This record gives sequence, structure tokens and C-alpha cells, in this order.
Amino acid sequence: MNQRPDHMMLTARDDGIAKGDVLLEARNISLAFGGVKALTEISLNILKGEIRAIIGPNGAGKTSMLNVINGFYTPQQGSIVFRGRERRAMKPHHAVGQGIARTFQNVALFKGMSTLDNIMAGRSVMMKRHIGWQMLWHGPALKEEIAHREKVEEIIDFLEIQHIRHTPVGKLPYGLQKRVELGRALAMEPSLLLLDEPMAGMNLEEKEDMSRFIIDVNQQRGTTIALIEHDMGVVMDLSDRVAVLDYGKKIADGTPDAVKNDQGVIDAYLGVPR
Amino acid sequence: MPRWEENGLAQAHPSPDTFAKFLLLNAERFRGRPAMRHKDYGIWQSWTWEEQLEEVRAFALGLQTVGLKRGDKVAVVGANRPRLYWTFAAVQSLGAVPVPVYADSVAEEMAYVLDHAEVKYAVVEDQEQVDKLLSISEKAPHLKEIVYDEPRGLGDYDHAHLHAYSTLREAGLKRLSEEPSAAEAWLSEVEKGRGADLAVMLYTSGTTGRPKGVMLSNDNLVRSALNGNAFDKLTENESIIAYLPLAWVGDHLFSYAQSYTAGFCVACPESAETVNEDRREIAPTYFFAPPRVFETLLTAIMVRMEDAGRLKKWMFDHFLAHARKVGEPLLNGEAVGLWGRIKYALGEFLVYGPLKNRLGLSRMRVGYTAGEAIGPELFSFYRSIGLNLKQLYGQTEATVYITAQPDGKIRPDTVGLPSPEVEIRIDESGEVLYRSPGVFMGYYKNEEATRDTKTAEGWVRTGDAGFFDRDGQLKIIDRAKDVGKFASGALFAPKYIENALKFFPDIKEAVAFGHGRDFCAAFVNIDLAAVGSWAERNNIAYASYQELAGHDRVYETIAAHVAEANRRLAAEPLMAASQIRRFLVLHKELDADDGELTRTQKVRRSYIAERYGELIEALYDGSTEKYVETEVTYEDGRKGVLRATVRIADAEVFPAAAETMQEAAE
Repeated sequence: MNQRPDHMMLTARDDGIAKGDVLLEARNISLAFGGVKALTEISLNILKGEIRAIIGPNGAGKTSMLNVINGFYTPQQGSIVFRGRERRAMKPHHAVGQGIARTFQNVALFKGMSTLDNIMAGRSVMMKRHIGWQMLWHGPALKEEIAHREKVEEIIDFLEIQHIRHTPVGKLPYGLQKRVELGRALAMEPSLLLLDEPMAGMNLEEKEDMSRFIIDVNQQRGTTIALIEHDMGVVMDLSDRVAVLDYGKKIADGTPDAVKNDQGVIDAYLGVPR
Repeated sequence: MPRWEENGLAQAHPSPDTFAKFLLLNAERFRGRPAMRHKDYGIWQSWTWEEQLEEVRAFALGLQTVGLKRGDKVAVVGANRPRLYWTFAAVQSLGAVPVPVYADSVAEEMAYVLDHAEVKYAVVEDQEQVDKLLSISEKAPHLKEIVYDEPRGLGDYDHAHLHAYSTLREAGLKRLSEEPSAAEAWLSEVEKGRGADLAVMLYTSGTTGRPKGVMLSNDNLVRSALNGNAFDKLTENESIIAYLPLAWVGDHLFSYAQSYTAGFCVACPESAETVNEDRREIAPTYFFAPPRVFETLLTAIMVRMEDAGRLKKWMFDHFLAHARKVGEPLLNGEAVGLWGRIKYALGEFLVYGPLKNRLGLSRMRVGYTAGEAIGPELFSFYRSIGLNLKQLYGQTEATVYITAQPDGKIRPDTVGLPSPEVEIRIDESGEVLYRSPGVFMGYYKNEEATRDTKTAEGWVRTGDAGFFDRDGQLKIIDRAKDVGKFASGALFAPKYIENALKFFPDIKEAVAFGHGRDFCAAFVNIDLAAVGSWAERNNIAYASYQELAGHDRVYETIAAHVAEANRRLAAEPLMAASQIRRFLVLHKELDADDGELTRTQKVRRSYIAERYGELIEALYDGSTEKYVETEVTYEDGRKGVLRATVRIADAEVFPAAAETMQEAAE
């Protein structure tokens, strides 16, 4: 009989860290481009299983922080401890190998490829067969591909994008492209998922859908999520803890309620003459 | 897994009178044949009749663990999924009664049905439905336990009265392996089922008033299904795709009753959005759709052809013109010249075949349209490319069949001959009445309505006005109560006029007014897909439906369509007085959430007349525009207000056919 288990087989990687313990810690990060100081002595941590938001006005250094976390930028000062291992310089593909996946502020998909192929591409880091086998696409390579396809189909089911499985991504509306990008990040089965403005440019309904998916990813798969977002309503509803950056400095960190009532944060957003 | 008869189940019934008994029989006579398919994770998963029996039995035994008893009502809410179809059989096997409810009904509507039906259990698809039920739990005091199929998002819910389908299924399987008597006990429950028992309750969405619970017995469904199978020669080799609402009698008959009685396989699509793709993969041999679906399919093709290359477009137009000439005669088995046949065969290869494949109808042997009148040209289009599309006239109260068109005797403007074992008569007022084995038991807890509808001799009033034409085929004009008169005394049949307008792909919906008035006037809803594509090609920018609907050039297009419809109405002596003098393009789409359409997408004329009273007055008082504010309901139940200034236009009218002839003679 062809009964499939009801519950998702895909879960976050087991990284030996209990829920609520520190998964990633940034210590005293400073990053400068020439004379421009993007980040100044920022320390923050991300706990396993939480939804962590990083907010701030334009140019506050949010994306830079994300880029430091996934190894795209190397900070001049400070270090990152991920799953108990300290590092300073790292290539993005090492970050992926360690279980960090991300989406981008501007959708970065392969526009000419179908939804399915885009998400499959997310699995490519996990394909172990030699390139020779993959070119032959027979025997073990095919078997491996089928196993990966199964995982990808689960993601497609999870994100409710069955109807666009074979549609080239470039033809899709923006909201769906964002969803496909989330799918590709999920395909890596990350233990830490970084979302760079997952709801930018979406309408209300698309935002609601996306929020739903983010919560489901977090709750059902136990994936830890760090996100940058401009929509305050969404941030306050979704996240467990919020860090606020302004001019490259961390000015507040805590629960959504605490942050909302912080005078420094209000000033940063409203622009108080200094 | 042990074969089921080793558990003492080999007691197939020779002529079953319930669906659980049919299931036992099918597991034997159709052993190894597919009973159900479902596209899941991108692959068609399938279940044979034996496996379907296992599933139904396991879930039935699981339902007993939460206390389901004979006579209990069980709501079934969700999309077309195998587990919900199995729920019907599982619930019936224990002598309980499934009550399918429209999955897209808003909480308030659902609360009424659940409360009225005294539903104790609900088996639903997913979190959306669970949330809806929990939100109305106070209004549905009988509801005790909720079972859901899709566990997503429900992990944190209190599971005291909430159960996963898989949990109950496993509980059932566990009982089978641990209690030696469980299989026997289930079988004896099945044996207790009788043909006269209440099998299912279907709430009719109703164009007026509260929904009524139509009670159908096993006999109603079994007899109607068997008659239908014989009429269309349906066997276990058919395949169909289940995509229409579970709560609709048509789906219950086609995807459940006929599948169990004939033994054919039912395919459930992956999701509502993938139905067209999935249909292409399944290529059903037996297909049912309301006219709206055929309309949408055709519109989609026409829109795509507009963007096709010149050669393709020429080929398409050329061969379709040929099909219009010889396609229908060929399908009806009439004589067609050799050259006509050769050219049609070439057309089949170049255009019709690929087109049918695109529509997912390349294997269709029997196709029906019903629910509403279909535009004659639309109907002819499908028949001309070689699809055996027929019309059927039915009702929930009749277990669908009242009349159907037999193969070879197809006309677009009739609904066919009386179905097997159905008697029909027409009373003085023109209303159609019928009597058949499918006639319902009564409305649940509504004696009065039952008496109004069903006479002592078993005749049922359809509420439709109609007459038999010279071939003995029934012709329906309109709802009996909707047929009215103009101030001049001429006949006013609104639906007939609306259908004349809806024939144009640009017009999605129309509402005609005229009873007691001097002339006919109409509201028009544009079809966003068709008009939107036209706007794109003509560089017309628009930000919303409202803006497009009010655009001058859209008004010009619609005015041309109305004039064309008037020309056709003028050609019919009875309808010449019904020409549309004035019309407006409505600023919002008619929507079931706002109560303007029924859940089966029929226009609720009286409600619309009340809601848009100001606009109707403006149609008749000669004004050229009118400012209105309309309350709208969003899908999540919130309300908003839509403001618009709606333009009112005059339409070209034509002299009646008889007069034209006179003029020509002079």
C-alpha cells in the first residue's frame, strides 16, 4: 500500500543543540568598507528554535549583518560562533555545508528554470555522487536524484506551489517567486534560515501567506529563523526576539513589546535631531 | 497484509442495496483494479478496490473508538480527497449519515447547516476547516469530535476533541489485529444496512432562503446510479476526475455512487489549482461540468489563440469553421460528403486532436453539462470538435436525473428525454413535475417545505417552467417563479436573456430586469481574463477590476455585444420584446461571499435587485450615471465599502422578426 507518513519527513538538521540554547553567537562584530563603518561592535545571539528579527531604518546595517553571518563578508573584528565552533573568515558554501541557508532581498532565482528545477538546485550541495555519475544519470546517480526529488516534492506540497511546479520562475508573480526562493532555501534542510526581507513588495494577502509559511517552517520543522523585515506589524507578530540596529550599532534587543516601547528605537525610526 | 477475506469478509452481496455492501462486492469482482487515485507529491498514488475496502474498514473501526453510533450525523468538509470519499463509506458502513458541507462556505453558513443537521462529528480536510469549526462551536452545540486529514499547523491545538485521520485509521488497524471479533463486528454492522435507510443529507444552497437538508436513501442513490450507468453504458473501465464540490449532489452521484455501482476509478486532483493539468494526465472518459467550466476552458483557449502565430491562427480558424459545418452531423451519425470527411480527419490530426488533448478530454466518451443552460454556440463548439457533450437536467431532490439527452439526439436548446424510470408531467402554470425512484425522502426537519414540494402521489415540483417540444424533448425556459411579464404583457424570461449575453466571452455574468417594467435592462459583469487580455493587447492601462469595468472602450465593446444579443432576440417572435434597451457594467464582480451568487455560482436575482436597487432605478429613470456605495465581504470575513460612479448606456434595438419581413414585403 502506498501510505506515506502524514508528518513531514524533512526536519531541521540535528545539530546536537537543545531548543532554547545558543545556536549562533556574534561577538563584537565590526565591519567597515574603506572608511564607511557598516557595523560597529555588534554582539547578538540566536537561540535554537526561535524566530529572531533584525530591524532598523534604511542603511542601518541589517543586510551586512546577515552577510557576515553567512560568511559573505568577513568582519575586520569579532567572531561568529555557530554550533559551538568559532570562526571569522568563511566562504558562503561552507556556511551552507554547516546548515545555514538564506533568501535574498531581491529574488535571486534562475529565471529560465522551472520551480521544480530551482528547488532541486537547492539540493545540489547534498548530492554526493561524482559528477561523472551525474552526467550519465543512471544507476546510483538516478537513485540519488529520485530520493532528492522526493524531498523537493514535500517542499512543494508544504508551500502549496504544486500548480507552478513546471512553470519557469521568470513568469511567476513576485509573491510566488519569493515562495519558490524560500523553497530553495528549505531544500538545504538548514538548521538556521536567514530571510532577507521575505515580504518586501508583497500585498497584504501574500504577506499573510508568507507569515503562515514562516511560522509553519519554524514550528513543524524546528528550523531556527533569523529575518530582516521592514513591515513592523509582521515583525512584531512573528518574532520571539528583536534586535534593532541603527547606524551600524545595536540600540536595542529584546521581546517585541520591550523593543516597541524603547525610546531609543522610537527616536531612531522617527528621526530625532541629535 | 492478510487478504481481507481471511478476516472473514468474503460475504459479498449479490445485489447490494448499500454502498458498504457494494464495496465488499467490488473488492471481489474488481480485485486488483484501481478504485481511487490521488496525485500527491507530484505522483499519482492509487488504491485498488481491496485497498479501498481496507481503508474504509480501518477508518470505520477508528471512528467507533471515538464513539460514532448508528444514526449519528457526520459533517464532511473539504476538497476532493480520497480520505473524504472513504469517510462517506466508513460512516455509512456503521449506519451513520454523512452530511457533506460546501468547503468554501463562510462560518455563518456552515454553523446553520451543522446546527440544523445536529451534526455530532466532523471530518475535515485541514487547519482552515478546523479553525472555522472551532470558531462556530457555540452555534453548533451538537458537534463533539473533529477529525482532520492534513495535520499541518495543527500540532499545538488541544487534541481533547480533535483527532488526526491517521490516528483513527491506525486505531482501527490496531483493533483489527488485536480484537479477533472486530472484523466480524464491522461486517455485521454493514449487514444491518438497508436500502430504505437514510444514506446522505445534502444541503441545497438554494437561491432563496435558508438551505434545506435533502435526505436521500440508499435506494435513491443506488437506483439512480444504476440507471445512469445503464443509460450511458458506464463500466469499470471508465475513469473520471473528481473536482466538483463534495456537497453537491452531482459529485456525490458521479464520483461516489456511480463509482461504487459501476466499479470505475475516481481520480482526485493534487489541488484546486492543478485540476486542468491533472485532467490532462488522467484524460477522463466520463466527464461532468457546469457550463461555467466549459466557458472558462474555451475562453482560456481563445485568449491564447489571440497570441498565437499567424499560421497557427489561420489553421485554427479554418479548421474550426469546417468543424462547425460537419462536426456535429458526423457526431450524430448523419451523412457527410467524402471531401468533408477527409478534411475533418485532417483537422482532427492538426487541430481538434491537439485541442482535445489540451483540454484533457481526448478520451472523453460521455460528457455532461448541467446546472444551468449552456450557450448554444458554446455547446456546438465542443460537439463540433468531436466531443460527445450532452445536456442533463437534474435536481438534488431527484438524485440528479430528471432528463438526459441520449447519444445521437442532441440539441443545444433542450435538456433531453425523461431519464430511465422517470415520469414527467407539466402542470397548468407550466411548471415541470416528476416522479422517479430517485425522489428524495424529504427535507430534514422541514415537513412544511416537503409538503410544498412533494405531492401525496410522489410528484415533485421542480420550480422550473418548461415544455415538451415536438420530439418529446424537454425544454426549460426559466425558474417558474422568475418568469414574469413586461408592463405590456409580453413574456419576460430573465435567464434566457442573460444567457444570450453570457454567450460572449467578454461577459462573465449578466442580470436582466423587466418584470412589470416597460422594457428590459441589464447589469453586466465583464470577464477579467478575456477583457484583461484584450486591454493588454490594446495598451489600455487599468489598476483594478472597477477601473477596467468603467473604461469607455470596454463600454463600447459591451454595447456591441448587447446589440448583437438584441439582434438575436429580435429574431425570435416570443423574445423580441425582451431586447435590452439600457445596460450598465457593474463596478464589482458578483461574488458568492457577498451573497450575490449561490455557492454553485448561480445568480441570486432577488438579492441583487435589493442590493443594487438604486442602480436599477437609474436604469429606468433615464439618468446616464449613478454614484453608489457597496459593502463587500473579503474572504477572511472582514467588510469594506466600494464606491463607484457607474455609467449607464443605451443599447441598439432591432425591429422584431415578423415586422422586418413585412417591411421587406412592402
